[in-house]
Amino acid sequence: MGNRQEILLTGAGGQGLILAAIIMAAAAVNDNKNVVQTQSYGPEARGGASMAGVIIDVDTIEYPKVTKPTVLLCMNQVSFNKYLPKVEPNCVIIADSTFVSGTYSDDYNVQLFPITKSAREIIKKEVVANMLALGVINAATNLVDRQIFKESIFQMAPKGSGELNQEAFDLGYKLFGEGAGQRINLSAESNK
Amino acid sequence: MPESKPVLMQGNEACAVGAINAGVRFYAGYPITPSTEVAEQMAAKLPDLGGVFIQMEDEIASMAAVIGASIGGMRTLTATSGPGFSLKQENLGFAIMAEIPCVIVNVQRMGPSTGVPTAPAQGDVMQARWGTHGDHPIIVFAPSSVYESYYLTIAAVNLSQKLRQPIIVLLDEVIGHMREKVTIPEGKLMVERSSDKTVPADYKPYDEKGITPLVPFGFGHYYHVTGLFHDQYGFPTGDPPQVERALDRIHEKLEKYRDEIVLTNYIGHKEPRVAIVTYGCTVRSARAVVKKAYWQNRMPVGLLSLQTVWPFPAKEVEELAKQADVIIVPEMNMGQLVGEVERYAGSEAKVIPLNRYDGEMISPDQISEEVGRWL
Repeated sequence: MGNRQEILLTGAGGQGLILAAIIMAAAAVNDNKNVVQTQSYGPEARGGASMAGVIIDVDTIEYPKVTKPTVLLCMNQVSFNKYLPKVEPNCVIIADSTFVSGTYSDDYNVQLFPITKSAREIIKKEVVANMLALGVINAATNLVDRQIFKESIFQMAPKGSGELNQEAFDLGYKLFGEGAGQRINLSAESNK
Repeated sequence: MPESKPVLMQGNEACAVGAINAGVRFYAGYPITPSTEVAEQMAAKLPDLGGVFIQMEDEIASMAAVIGASIGGMRTLTATSGPGFSLKQENLGFAIMAEIPCVIVNVQRMGPSTGVPTAPAQGDVMQARWGTHGDHPIIVFAPSSVYESYYLTIAAVNLSQKLRQPIIVLLDEVIGHMREKVTIPEGKLMVERSSDKTVPADYKPYDEKGITPLVPFGFGHYYHVTGLFHDQYGFPTGDPPQVERALDRIHEKLEKYRDEIVLTNYIGHKEPRVAIVTYGCTVRSARAVVKKAYWQNRMPVGLLSLQTVWPFPAKEVEELAKQADVIIVPEMNMGQLVGEVERYAGSEAKVIPLNRYDGEMISPDQISEEVGRWL
C-alpha cells in the first residue's frame, strides 16, 4: 500500500458509519495527515444503504470520492455482497460476522469479527459497534496513531459517552488480536 | 494573521462559520437537504453571539425576513437547496431592485423538483442567474473546497454590503457535505459596514451617482423602499429616463467592481492545447486530471476554475481561448455554463461539453478520456 489510503465503511443507515468516518477523519487530521471524508446515503434515517468514505494521504487530495478502496468495512450482508466484487484482492476487508455470512472468493483478504455481537454482549451497548469497528480497522491497518485516535474519539463522542466509546475502540483491538473468526466457506466464483 | 490549528470541517459548516466571522448575525431559513447543516450551525452559534436564528414557515418568508433584517442594519444569510431556491426568487428580485444586501446559499442537489435529495448536481447554474425576473445583475460564487466555502462566503457577505447587492453562494452536495482538513485563520475579517458611514442631511438612498450607504431603518433617515422603479429617494417612478438610468446604475456597480467580484484560478501549462473550464465540485476531478497530465507528464493541458460563475468571467475565458485549441466544460448537468463558454470562446477554440446527470460526480477518468481524445 502506498501513501494514499481509501477507506470505505459500508452497511445500513443507523449503524453509525458516517459518524465513524467523521471520527476517523478527525483522528487523521489530529495525526497531521491530509484527509477528505464523504458519504452517500438515502433519505431514510434508519435502514437503507449507507456508505461513508475516508481518504487519507500525505499529498493534497483532489477527487474526494473513494475509487480504489484499500480498506473495506462491511457491517451487513447487503453491503458485503455489493462492495466485495468492487475491490481489488489486496484490499483489507473487515466484515461483521454478526450479520455477514456466506461464501466468497479465496482471493480476497476477508477478516470476519463479531463486531456488533461483542458490542452487544461485552459492552452491553450495541450503539458502540461503530467505534469497535474502528478499533478493528486501526489494529489491522495502523492508519492513525492509536493514542491520537482514542483521544479523537473522546473529543467527538457525545458528552458523557467518551470513555464508553474508547472502551469499544480498545475492544476492537482486542478482537483483532484474537484473530479473525473462522471463514465460512470458500467458493471462488460465488461473489465475483 | 496567526494561523490556528488545522481542523476537520464540513463545507456547509465552513459556510456558516465564514458568515459568522464576516459579521452575519441574522439567519432565517427553512431546512432542506443538503443545506440543513448551515441552519444547524447558525442555530447553534448565533444565540450566543447575540444574533437571531429563525426557522420560518417556508422559504418565501425566510427570504422576506432576511430582507427585513438587512434593512434593519444586520448582516444576513439564508440557505436552501433547489426547490427552496425557486421559492426565494421573487423576493430575491425585490432585494436586487431595492438594493438590500443579503447572502443566499444554495446547496445544489439532483433536480428538477424534489429529485434525488441526497445526490449532488450542478443544475441550478441558470436558476442562479435568471431565476428571478427582469434584467437584473447577480453575483454567484461556486466553491470547490471546504476552505473556498469559508472564504467565498466571507467575500459574499462583505461584497454584498459594499455593493448593496444580493449574492448567491452556489454550493453543491459534494462540497456542502464533505469534510476535509482546513486551517481557518484567526482574527476578525469584517470590513467597514457601509451603513456606519456618516451620511449627509439630504440622504439619497438611491443616489444616481453611485452606491450610497444603506442607513438602517430607525437611524434617523426616512426613505421609501419598493420593488417599483424609484427615484433617488426611493419613491416610485415610471419616468422612462429615470427607469433606464436606474437599471443601468444597478448593473454598472458590478462592472465598476469587476476585479473584486470575478475570481478565477488557472493551473497547468502556459500554452495549453486542451483546457478545462469548470466550477464547484467538478474542479476537484479536473484538478486531479491536470495534476497527472501536466505536473507529472508535462502535457499541454490546463484548468481554469471559476470561483465566480456570474457575472461570467468572459475576459478570462476569451484569453484562454486564444491559447487553447479545445476547451472542455465538464458540468453535472445537461450543459448550462457551456453555452456561456461557447459565447466567449467559440470563435477561437472548439468548445466541448462533458455532462453527467445521474447524481454522481464526474470522475477524473471521464475528463481524462475526453482530454486524451483532443491531445
